[in-house]
Amino acid sequence: MPAVQETIDRVRSIDIDQYKYGFETVIEMEKSEKGLSEDVIRFISAKKNEPEWMLEWRLDAYKRWLTMKEPEWARVAYDKVDYNDIYYYAAPKRKGPESLDEIDPEILKTYEKLGIPLREVEALEGIAPERRVAVDAVFDSVSVATTFRKELEKAGVIFMPISEAIREYPDLVRQYLGSVVPVTDNFFATLNSAVFSDGSFVYIPPGVRCPMELSTYFRINERDTGQFERTLIIADKGSYVSYLEGCTAPKRDDNQLHAAVVELVALEDAEIKYSTVQNWYPGDNEGKGGIYNFVTKRGDCRGARSKISWTQVETGSAITWKYPSCILRGDDSRGEFYSIAVSNGMQQVDSGTKMIHLGKNTTSRIISKGISAGRSQNTYRGLVSAHKKAKGARNFTNCDSLLIGDQCGAHTVPYIESKNASAVFEHEATTSKISEDQKFYCQQRGLSEEEATALIVNGFVRDVLQQLPMEFAVEAQKLISISLEGSVG
Amino acid sequence: MADVTNLRSPAEAGLSKLFESSRKAFASDQAISREEAFRFFEATGLPSRRVEAFKYTDLRAAITEAAPPAEAPSEDAARAAVAGVKGFAEVEAARLTFVNGHLVAALSDLDRIPEGVTVAPLNEALAQGDARLKLLAPVEQVRENPIYQLNTAFLADGALISVAPGAKPRTPVHLRFVGTGATAFSTATRVLVEVGAGAEFFLLESHEGPAGLTYQPNDALDVHIGEEAAFRHTRLNREGDAAIALSTLSVRLDARAQLETVNLVTGAKLSRHQIYLHVAGADANAVVNGATLLGHGQLADSTLLADHAATGGVGREMFKTVIDGDSTGVFQGKIIVRQVAQQTDGKMKSDCLLLTDDGQMMNKPELEIFADDVACGHGATCGAPDEDLLFYLMARGLPRATAESLLVQAFIGEAVETVTHEGARDALIGGIEAWLAARG
Amino acid sequence: MLEIKNLVVQIEDNRILNGLNLTVNDGEVAAIMGPNGSGKSTLSYVIAGKEDYEVLDGEILLDGQNVLEMAADERAAAGIFLAFQYPLEIPGVGTMTFLKACLNAQRKARGEDELSTPDFIRAVNAAADKLEINKEMLKRALNVGFSGGEKKRMEILQMALLQPKFCVLDETDSGLDIDALRIVSEGVNALRAQGRSFLVITHYQRLLNHIVPDTVHVMSKGQIVKTGGKELALELEASGYAEYRTSEAA
Repeated sequence: MPAVQETIDRVRSIDIDQYKYGFETVIEMEKSEKGLSEDVIRFISAKKNEPEWMLEWRLDAYKRWLTMKEPEWARVAYDKVDYNDIYYYAAPKRKGPESLDEIDPEILKTYEKLGIPLREVEALEGIAPERRVAVDAVFDSVSVATTFRKELEKAGVIFMPISEAIREYPDLVRQYLGSVVPVTDNFFATLNSAVFSDGSFVYIPPGVRCPMELSTYFRINERDTGQFERTLIIADKGSYVSYLEGCTAPKRDDNQLHAAVVELVALEDAEIKYSTVQNWYPGDNEGKGGIYNFVTKRGDCRGARSKISWTQVETGSAITWKYPSCILRGDDSRGEFYSIAVSNGMQQVDSGTKMIHLGKNTTSRIISKGISAGRSQNTYRGLVSAHKKAKGARNFTNCDSLLIGDQCGAHTVPYIESKNASAVFEHEATTSKISEDQKFYCQQRGLSEEEATALIVNGFVRDVLQQLPMEFAVEAQKLISISLEGSVG
Repeated sequence: MADVTNLRSPAEAGLSKLFESSRKAFASDQAISREEAFRFFEATGLPSRRVEAFKYTDLRAAITEAAPPAEAPSEDAARAAVAGVKGFAEVEAARLTFVNGHLVAALSDLDRIPEGVTVAPLNEALAQGDARLKLLAPVEQVRENPIYQLNTAFLADGALISVAPGAKPRTPVHLRFVGTGATAFSTATRVLVEVGAGAEFFLLESHEGPAGLTYQPNDALDVHIGEEAAFRHTRLNREGDAAIALSTLSVRLDARAQLETVNLVTGAKLSRHQIYLHVAGADANAVVNGATLLGHGQLADSTLLADHAATGGVGREMFKTVIDGDSTGVFQGKIIVRQVAQQTDGKMKSDCLLLTDDGQMMNKPELEIFADDVACGHGATCGAPDEDLLFYLMARGLPRATAESLLVQAFIGEAVETVTHEGARDALIGGIEAWLAARG
Repeated sequence: MLEIKNLVVQIEDNRILNGLNLTVNDGEVAAIMGPNGSGKSTLSYVIAGKEDYEVLDGEILLDGQNVLEMAADERAAAGIFLAFQYPLEIPGVGTMTFLKACLNAQRKARGEDELSTPDFIRAVNAAADKLEINKEMLKRALNVGFSGGEKKRMEILQMALLQPKFCVLDETDSGLDIDALRIVSEGVNALRAQGRSFLVITHYQRLLNHIVPDTVHVMSKGQIVKTGGKELALELEASGYAEYRTSEAA
């Protein structure tokens, strides 16, 4: 089949240059010594001026981590990380900006290149000023800027780097940190607990609807540096927040580790909408370099009628190991997971969700769309479970996979556990390829084969794209097209 | 972590002892490598829930004691045991009767085997080093299964069935497995079926045993379906209520071969039926169904692996589970489509009806796809009977229990109504009705 | 406008077109009639550039340029439009999104500017009104859940919007009731103009009562076996295809 060979050639010819965020910023950095030890943890804690309890918490996590093994159940194969050969802390030397003017101009330039507005003025000049987004930018290990803080404060919303929150709101942080993802939850989460350097902290007071989208933008810049951010979002009774997360990294030949933890807590009647567009550097077409993305994300619908919704568009990373989950503890609470995972080249994705139904009349919905191209492997892995007490629990799951080319793989591994007769679970999954007839129809109307493929793929993922805030949806749509470039023969 | 696996459970230690002591009895059969099989088993041990494939069926916890292999029964004892068995009794068939895992010639129709079919007792075949034994373990993955390896290690009896190319006997062969005794025992049988090119063969298989006795049958059926041949298999699990029943069906399908296998489970405290399919030839067709009805304190596990390694294969897998009381249903199904297996059409479905709040159902339907031109899918549902339907039936005057029975029958009937052999189908429907009647 | 010379086409070793010759002049409406299996649909797919067909010999010239070397989308940009017998459903892709993407892709290929959104919407609405297409339909995913008649009207809407030079209508009348047939035919007739030609493929004469052809060709066994004026269609309606079938069997 010559078409197959052509596909391979096309895939091979994808230049890594199509990853347009692959540039590097040259600035002076301060780093911990290489490797991990109690001293390094003390160093990180001291750099952050942390209270004693925080240091103890970290050291405890470190001790537990030393006894743990890296998980191997996911369908990903990679060279194991040498945990003593990476830096666990890297921060720009100029630190503690009081205003944007104090930020290293190189960093500001970086975010400008990435299209992230750090200057509030610029954001205000946007086309739709009512859709302003407050941004917390995390550059390697530290938060470099958080915008719109004053305005948010007026509404009572706390949005700041978690390192500051630990100092300024220790009681809040202590109450919730590790309450959703326990310190010993898994190998990567425990490592994160020991060494996390920064991330975002959000608290929405009772009854407050957060006046704008909150967003964190993560950027790994330094070589040999792991990024371990920690995000904690608490939506108090009856509040609402929509939170966006974006990620990029420079192109490098070696693999870089990203092991983040995100914890969400929704109290009674609160709602959290968490959206991610993950576009870490995926490595080149031979599988060299790229980010190892080992992330633990979990939301706790702690209060009755609370709701947590995860939406993710995953196009980057060499390895993705990520299962944003919901614990549906409160009665009548609801969890949602909408995911698009695109893999091309040599990427490996193992992603999905867990919906743990504990409360009565809890509902969940999972829509997962996997697209594999090139020589990539794309796995959906999910768990839906209903506890005995979860009377009237409902789940609907739909996971569809699309294969482009015959060198890739698409896999589905769902676990569906019902311990309760009144729980109703429905699960459906399909795997197929793009119909040649559909493609011909589009081409007959003048679209090129690649455009036709992109159009059909966008139709395939539409249910999920609709869940994203508008600007993100447009960006995501473009990203999907870019990451599938060269995938048709 | 490493030292945990070295800790052997009493049952595992017991099995090792039993293997050593029965080694002498295994004569000098070189045709199967018991030693290798047992070493393999020893290395893995009885699989616990930490082993992914046994996540929901923890054999290490369930099998607390190694039961000794059953001796061949006396003819009188065998006759007494067989007297009351019901499985497929109404169906005209050539019966091969196994009591406690041993073929009883006097209770078998060895002289009435349908034309075109030959049957040889496994013991003879082993002693003579029958060439057909090389067809054992026709699916690669089954060789990594501890239950199957344990069966090989302790293999006591069975049969070799050959169907001549082109032969289409109307009369089925019935493998009738009966357990009897007053103390715990284990069995290990293996039946090998070779269906020649263009042949069509019906096989019935029933399993029955005493109530209240923790016996441990481990039965394996290895099947090789030749080109354009059809193999139609109907199985009935009516094991005693304390039995731990393990079984493995492995099938290789050549080009344009057809498989139909339907398993009805109502018996055993714990059962695990493993089905391995290797689609080796193009345009093969497989229908694999399971119907499971569970009452109190039971666990029934249906585990399926369909490995498509040739183009144009069609797979239809349908599993239905009804759970009453505090029982557990398990379905694990995996469809693999290899890169060469373009145009594979695989559909897998597992539906469960939970009649009480105490029951639980664990579903794990998997797809592993490496070919792009495929249409594969799986579905799983789980829930209580539809209240609206129940209400509708009750509004027409049916008592709730009757209405529920009707819905259960309609639900589970779908999995058995495709059985080609009319008598076998009626027997399965009878089994379902009996279960519903006993439920009251 | 379109000239087909000695076209020989096979699919999986089955010869479908056997040295077919056909000329359609500028502004002409030509009809091709013929029994089932005579190769009518194959001809339409080959003109549009479907890949499954193997062209063994011959040429298809659009304004003197051989289109056989062009991909389907390039032919579309060159002005070839096929109204499908069975229009495809594309889940998740909004009708408006699709129309806009096609229109702009063709304009871009021809070196024209993209149409502005208000202009585009105006153009679609005008075309939709003429074809009595409900605006709600335009909000749905392309052809998903449309009735047979709605799908055919959507095809003509696309034709009106894309303003092609050479239109192939493949069994456009199949599955249409009398009202839909009238609406579709009026849509087509409105597009008849100098600089635009039509090839109307049909099994029955009834479509040709509504779209009156300039010439009628009879196709059999992969060739044009008879050519005449619009009266030929009426003759065929009366005598049937029997004559051509026997020649096929011979």
